[in-house]
Amino acid sequence: MTYKFDFAVLAPYWEMFLRGCWQTISLAAIAVVLGLVIGIVAMLAKRSPIRAVRLFATSYIEVIRNTPFLVQVMFIFFGLPTLGISLSPWTAAILALSLNCGAFAAEIIRGGVEAISKGQVEAGTALGLKPLQIFRFIVLKPALRIIFPALSGQFILVLLTTSIVSSISAEELASISQSIDAETFRSFEVYAVATGLYFGLSLIFSTAFKAINRIYFSYPVR
Amino acid sequence: MIRLFGSNEVLFILAGIQWTLLLSLIAFIGGGVVGLIIALSRTSTLAPLRAIAAGYIDFFQGTPLLMQLFLVFYGMPVFGVKVSPWTAVTIGLTLHASAFLGEIWRGGIQAVPRGQTEAARALGLRYASRMRDIVLPQALRLSIAPTVGFLVQLIKGTSLASIVGFVELSRSAQIVASTTYKPLLAYGLAALLYFVICFPLSRFSLRLEQRFAAKT
Repeated sequence: MTYKFDFAVLAPYWEMFLRGCWQTISLAAIAVVLGLVIGIVAMLAKRSPIRAVRLFATSYIEVIRNTPFLVQVMFIFFGLPTLGISLSPWTAAILALSLNCGAFAAEIIRGGVEAISKGQVEAGTALGLKPLQIFRFIVLKPALRIIFPALSGQFILVLLTTSIVSSISAEELASISQSIDAETFRSFEVYAVATGLYFGLSLIFSTAFKAINRIYFSYPVR
Repeated sequence: MIRLFGSNEVLFILAGIQWTLLLSLIAFIGGGVVGLIIALSRTSTLAPLRAIAAGYIDFFQGTPLLMQLFLVFYGMPVFGVKVSPWTAVTIGLTLHASAFLGEIWRGGIQAVPRGQTEAARALGLRYASRMRDIVLPQALRLSIAPTVGFLVQLIKGTSLASIVGFVELSRSAQIVASTTYKPLLAYGLAALLYFVICFPLSRFSLRLEQRFAAKT
């Protein structure tokens, strides 16, 4: 018996797929923005003079980086309610994704900040630049330039990781695909389409990030 | 019936580790073999071969691992091959690992100075010998830190096997969480066990990286 592919049955569901893509992008965008904030705080905490703060930041970063995201999201969604903190799937998904992204972002940002040497800031002062100008031109832009490729890679990674929140039935592309699968019984076709959509999204974003990198960060350094 | 979170439950979760480790090991070895082929194709002098390898890597790095596992799990029966969750997950993770290892090793191969290949060619060595005796030993040495780093990613990735229905560490924690109504304990224990496996590996990878950075 040979299997007959039937992608036509999926045609009426295009709007659902599209909604899934949009929710996946929103989840990733919100998580990366919150993750950056968490990452900056964690990075600063890791350089704190207070030992307890340093220890806390380091443990947070290492625990997140060395445990699977699936277990993290399960812990938050199923575990926290037993402590009296009930979260909707969507909120739990955002919380888990942001915390996860924050730990990776902290390390990326640390790399950028450490790359700016003190001498450069002093040179800026010597040239008579105002503090705000020093921050903008000597610290922020070169640091951003250094970490931009890693950060855009992190965004793609988060975009792909969002698929795992389908396990707590937060609505996004993977969980929408699962519901379409349950209605059509066309598992292979559904997941082939979903995989194609994810691939398209990551292609679009990586191309866009490369263009931004070329246009905005291409100026001579040395 | 709600069960207590006793030593039986702890042992049940602990038993999940062996499947997580076995799955990681098979995927790492299988992925290593296929990944070597990918890395060699990616750095080959034949343009079509390079393009195919590049497409292969892009696909696996640009789609979620969960979807890759689903595609293998639901896709193989479509082509007439009935598979158990175990087989599907093993194949899926092996393919996934091969793309990532292939990309890491491509970087290693390209980081070996060109002069090495040219000297080997001048000495009359053929491709196989050039690669086996000259380029690959140096390339693999260069890539050892990111390879160990990827192993950590792979071990964490095996947790997705639980979504396809394979019982490993995450799935056994899920089962215990739902029978004892102690999700905090069950997932906490699972997280702790993953941490105990992954943290030393991460440290090892970092040390290798620093040792290498200090040398060059």
